[in-house]
Formats: sequence, structure tokens, C-alpha cells
Amino acid sequence: MTAIHTTPQRAGAMTHATRALLRNHIWLFLVLAIAVFSGATPYFLTTNNMGNILTQGAFIGILAIGMTLVILNGEIDLSVGANLALAGALAIGLQPAVGVWPAIGLAFLTSTALGVLNGLLVVFSGMHSFIVTLGGLIGIRGLVFVYTGENALMVEDFSYTELAEVYLGPLSLTAMIFLGLAAMFQWVLSSTRHGRETYSVGDNIEAAHDAGINIKRHKVINFGICGAMAGIAGILLSMRLGTAEPNAGRIWELWTIIAVVLGGTRLQGGYGSLWMTVGGVLTLAVLRNGLRLLNTPNYVELMVMGSVLILALGLNRLVEMREGAR
Amino acid sequence: MTINWRGLLQRHGLILAFGLFLAGVALGNDAFLTPGNILDVLRQVSITGLIALGVTFVVVTGRLDLSVGSMLTLLTVIVVDQHNTLGPGLAILCTLLAGLAIGAWNGLLVGYLGFNALIVTLAMLSLLNGVTLWYSGGSNVNVVGADQSWFGVFGRGSVAGIPVPVILFLGSAGAASFLLRRTVFGRSVYAVGGNQVTSVFSGIDARLTVFCAYLLSGLATALAAVVMGSRVMGAQNTIGQGYELTVLAGIILGGTSLMGGSGSIWRTVIGIAMLGFIQNGLLLMGFPYYVQWLVTWAIIIAAVWIDLAAKRGKVFA
Repeated sequence: MTAIHTTPQRAGAMTHATRALLRNHIWLFLVLAIAVFSGATPYFLTTNNMGNILTQGAFIGILAIGMTLVILNGEIDLSVGANLALAGALAIGLQPAVGVWPAIGLAFLTSTALGVLNGLLVVFSGMHSFIVTLGGLIGIRGLVFVYTGENALMVEDFSYTELAEVYLGPLSLTAMIFLGLAAMFQWVLSSTRHGRETYSVGDNIEAAHDAGINIKRHKVINFGICGAMAGIAGILLSMRLGTAEPNAGRIWELWTIIAVVLGGTRLQGGYGSLWMTVGGVLTLAVLRNGLRLLNTPNYVELMVMGSVLILALGLNRLVEMREGAR
Repeated sequence: MTINWRGLLQRHGLILAFGLFLAGVALGNDAFLTPGNILDVLRQVSITGLIALGVTFVVVTGRLDLSVGSMLTLLTVIVVDQHNTLGPGLAILCTLLAGLAIGAWNGLLVGYLGFNALIVTLAMLSLLNGVTLWYSGGSNVNVVGADQSWFGVFGRGSVAGIPVPVILFLGSAGAASFLLRRTVFGRSVYAVGGNQVTSVFSGIDARLTVFCAYLLSGLATALAAVVMGSRVMGAQNTIGQGYELTVLAGIILGGTSLMGGSGSIWRTVIGIAMLGFIQNGLLLMGFPYYVQWLVTWAIIIAAVWIDLAAKRGKVFA
């Protein structure tokens, strides 16, 4: 008994603040990365470049918002990259027929509907979402190719690309939408019934069911949100590029998952937040941007990202062990 | 005597569906079920199939390996590049060793350190992509003097009319099947995937089992890289992109559960063959190649749903 009583006292030396910091280690890492790049190149820490990083990170970031909700539920969505490509293709391809805003609306609705379809298939078949959305990844990419006829679609009226060219200081509209959506869904997670249920479903699905939560409806809503986010990201990307390429967003689902997990959200569900995800997204974006500014070849970026992810796993394990000892 | 439809569907539904599909396409097209076409399809799927054999071990332990696509790229670049400096024999040896080394690293992180398999292998996907670009300097590599080398036999040769890649694929499948069904190691792979805690209490070294599963995944990918390098006689830096997901699609189509503890090599072979015949059949019917993706989507959902429905005795969960 004495052994059990003495351990917490010794580990208690680790203050509450350190623990909180370790649990949100991604922000610590982000600050570190910014400090290193700022010292290494004068072009990094400028207002303009900070704005650039936010814009560059926003596309994966918006996808990551939906992915975080789905992962908190203990599920996963591999189809977001393909869904993004479809939304971009529809937003541009439908313009000549129905006009700009209806095309954007239809693209958004299609992506949302495909997200809902993923959710319905998951809850009604009882299949794991990994399988359902792996199928979706392959099939939705097929839809993109069928629709575009494997050609890149060009926007006819270039005023479409100006829609996203709204700036608030260095902050682009795309970045504002990303941060706004993140803040909104963080509020949903922390202050609404849906958010509370998201955590309980991911933490213990049986208990959530016994507590009277309609798990099926709940999951379908989150998959729908994930599809909607892919739609928004796809539309914004098509505005930025002025074209919709059928291969757009390929393996972005993997980058999105990397961003979410790097942030510290648990892949098994029940633990995490959008603050963590924003931290993960920004860290990826900073690493990418900083390494490019330093003129490092492309492969360094890929190797650093992989290593950082494995390092983050190790750090997580360390924190868990410490907390276990407490 | 009444026929137990549910049991029949559960055990042999896959073969039934596969047979129906083959018959359907064959009715519409005379060229489909000819020996030449069947061998063609098998040759096309042999690279995916070889990788899938190794990944099946990983999946049966209840883990995933998403790094095999990047690994295939790196190993193909290595085998082609080393062919030019060390010659074919040593190049193949190097590639096999490199595959085992990468598999060992994955196995160390997942098996011994207990890290999440999805994240580790996702990280390795990115990392190995980087290593490939670093190794090749971003340019394509080609076999110099391809005509003089016996290296071409793995991808292009044939014995008694049967392409060598097909022999390699089916031969490896036989060996893998023996390993999974008839050896102590194979039984422990099922045990670890079924219930890791129980398996440890039964005296199985679960960590070593997972480690070995990843070794096999690396080895199988190395074999696939040899076939790929020999077939193409060169390698681009994106040659293996997307293979990790195609391989998983084939394994899932075969009816192996991603939860671990069930599945078999013959199921994987059938799943991979199905992917090949779907592609081939649709092309023969004159559809553009991307239509196969839509059909694959529908078939994956339908196959896994029917499998689950038969197991639980009702359609909806």
C-alpha cells in the first residue's frame, strides 16, 4: 500500500501546467518549428508569409475539421480526397449550364450527400467505416473521371477565381473560412449536445447507446458534416486554381489523417479537439512552407513529415506512461 | 433434406458471386474465358497479388500495412538501380534484404513498441516516398542493356506457356497458405488477431508474431518489386502509388475481416483475381478503364455487406 501512496507524491512534482503542455504538445512543437525557421531564414516570419501558410494549410485544414468529428466517433473517412475532387469538378463543370452560385450549391450538396451515404452504409450494414470509405475513395474517384471524362475542367468565366480573392490584412477568405469553421465546430464539440454525444459515442458506444443516444443518426450527421467539409474545400480549391483536375486531392485523405493524429486526437475515438487539429494542420503547413523557403528538396519534406509523425507517437506514449505512473 | 442456405451463402457466397460474375461477362463476350485471357489477367494481378499475400498476414493479426505502395516504389527503384551496378543476382538479394529491413522496422514499431499500425505505416508511406526521391534524385531509372540480362525472366518470361509472374504468384500463394494454415506460426497469427490478450496468456509471443507478419509483408513486397522492375525494366518515382489501397480492396473483397483473426490466403487470391477480372471484363465490354472503379465500389460494399448479413442472420445492423 505504501508504494502506491508514495508514487503520486513523487510524480506530483510534475506540475499541472507541464502536464497540460505535454497533452497539447503539438502547440509546443509548432512554436518550436516557427522559432527554428524564423532563425534560419528572414523570409519566414513575415506577415505575408504567415498569411500564406494559413491559406496553404486551409484546404487540408477544412478536410481535417470533418475528419476530426468522424475520428472522435471512432470512425474514419478515407473518401474525402475524392469527394473534394468531385466538388471542384461539379462547381466548375456545372457553371455554363446553371450559373455560378447554383453550381457551387449543387457541388456542396453532392459532397454532403456522399458523406451521408457513407454514414448510412456504415450504420446500416455494420461494416467498418474503413471498408465503406475505402470503397468510396475508389468509387467517388470513378465518378469524378466519368463526369470529367478524365480531362481537367477549365473555368470559362475567370471572375469565378476572384470570388476567393478577398483579404483581411494578410488573411485570405480561404483561411478565414477554415478558422471560422474550426471555431464553430469547436463550439459545437464543447458546448452543444451533439458535441457531448460525439465524445460519448467514441469513448464507449455501448454506454452511449444505453444512455439513450441515437447512435445511427448521430454518426450519419458526422459523416455528412465530413462530406460537407470536403465539398467546401473542393469548391475553394477550384476557385483558387480556376481548374478542376480529376486527380485533385489524391492521397489528401492520408495527409488529413496525419494532421488530425499529429494534433493529438486519438484514432480510437473519444479524445481530442479541434484546437488540437488546428495545431496539427498548422504544424504540417509550417513544416512544408519553412522547408520550401530553405530550398530543401522535396524529399526532405516527406521524410521530415514521416519522422515527425512517428516522433509524435513516441511522445504520446511517453505522456501516457507518465500519466499512468501518476 | 433441406439446404442450409445461410450457411452455404456464408461459406461459399464469395465463390458463388465470383462464378456468377464470370458467367455473366462470358455470356456477352467470347474472348473473356479463354485460356490466353485468363493467363493475361493473372499476369496483370500478379504484382498486386504478391503484395496482398504478405499483407494478409498483417491483416489477420488485426493490423494494417499502408506502407506497401511506397515500399514497392522504393524497392523497384533499388532493384533497377542496383542491377546496373551489382548485376541482377546481387540486386535481387539487396532488394529482398531491403524489404525485410523495412518490414522489420514496421514490425518493431507496431509489434514491440505497440504503436498504432495505421499511423506508423502512414508515416512510413511518406518517409519511404522521401527516401525514394532522395535515392533516385527524382529521376527515372532504367535497366542498362535490358536485352543482355536474364533479369527480364521474372516479369516477361514464361515456362510452358505460363508466365513466370503467375508461377511466382501462385507458388508463393501455396507457400503462404501452408505457412498460415499448417504451422505453429500461422496458428499464432490467427490467435493474436482473434484476441491478443488470450493469445499472450496461452503462451504465444504476440509481439514476435506481429513482427514476423510485417517481415512477410516486406518480403512479399520485395518479390513484387523484382517482378515489377523486371517487367518494366525501369522505375518511376510514383510506380507503386495507390497499391496499398488496391491490395486492401482485394483482401477485403476476399472476405478477410480487417478486425483480424479470420481470413485466408485463398480468399485473398480470389479477391485479387476478382479485381483483375472486373477490370478485364469491363474493358472487353468496351467501357473506359475508370468505370471499373465504380463497379469495384459497388462490389466491395455488396460483398462485405452480404458476408456480414449472413453471419448475423439479418440484413441491417
